[in-house]
Amino acid sequence: MEVSSDKEYIYSSTELDRYEGRIIEELKTNSQESIPDPDAWLDEELKRNILLTSVDAVINWARRSSLWTAICFPACCAFEFIAAMGPRFDLSRFGMDIMRASPRQADLMITAGTLTWKMAPNVTRIYNQMPEPKWVIAMGACAISGGIFRSSYSVVPGYNRIIPVDVYVPGCPPRPEALIYAIMMLHKKINRTPVIPDLPQLMQKGKQ
Amino acid sequence: MTVALAVKEIASQIEKKYPGSIEEATQNSLVVKSDSLMAIAGYLKDTEGLKFDYLNYVTAVDYYTYFEVVYQLTSLEHNHTVIIKTRCYGRENPAVPSVTGLWQGANFQEREIFDLMGIRFEGHPNLKRIFLWEGFQGHPLRKDYLQ
Repeated sequence: MEVSSDKEYIYSSTELDRYEGRIIEELKTNSQESIPDPDAWLDEELKRNILLTSVDAVINWARRSSLWTAICFPACCAFEFIAAMGPRFDLSRFGMDIMRASPRQADLMITAGTLTWKMAPNVTRIYNQMPEPKWVIAMGACAISGGIFRSSYSVVPGYNRIIPVDVYVPGCPPRPEALIYAIMMLHKKINRTPVIPDLPQLMQKGKQ
Repeated sequence: MTVALAVKEIASQIEKKYPGSIEEATQNSLVVKSDSLMAIAGYLKDTEGLKFDYLNYVTAVDYYTYFEVVYQLTSLEHNHTVIIKTRCYGRENPAVPSVTGLWQGANFQEREIFDLMGIRFEGHPNLKRIFLWEGFQGHPLRKDYLQ
């Protein structure tokens, strides 16, 4: 069908369409055969690249190398955590560049700040929503023990009253370096975790 | 800058309109009787030349023998301000009329005072605890509060 136009263009629209048609025809004639898989060589090369390791080592390596943090920052320690996330301290080095808004996609909770009893049920809920395996870092004096607000009527004296804590970072607030050290300690802890659970022990737990 | 109005002048105006409603007029603040608080607050809000249309804050102080509720009012039109106080007695059930009908902003602040000081605001549309949870015992900002 011939394309006609009422308006004046620098190029007539018919000419543009013909140009487009030529490009399509050219591509079509040049693409009559499918491009071979560039990874076809993998099969024979792979035979020379097999490494043997233990399941524990490789799974723990995977777990510790991408700890994703649930967003649970009730107070001011969050700013040190934000600084640690930023370009200067760069938590991306540990595969921690993402903070998860959904606890269902997170495996680490960094409890940065004072917790009040009114907020406590929500924090427990966030923790319960995180899938196993999961870890908790108690960041700062308030998270460890309630800090200077310990004797207050409304403050939870330490997160370990409501959720199990793996690593404690002292400071008010802790420097980003301290937090990074805590994350490295957690890496060590994860490294020692047996991946395959001790079945007899599990059955004993089930009986109790 | 916002001008703090001379309390004595307002006091004499109010005294003329509502005789016997003022407990005390100091240099900075006007202490009114709690049963005439609503009338005086309405008067301050609507009178030409005063027009206190903005409530800066409501707060409360515990003086052991009585509680004092403090209101700071500002007129955005005339750019002047005044502090009104009222007292309520008794530690079991102190009560003051609510000013939420005049200034909506008082709503949450009166709930906060109810929560932490235990002063009831009569006529408040939703008087319940705001910071602490339902079932908390006592009012923690009272001077005699002990855990």
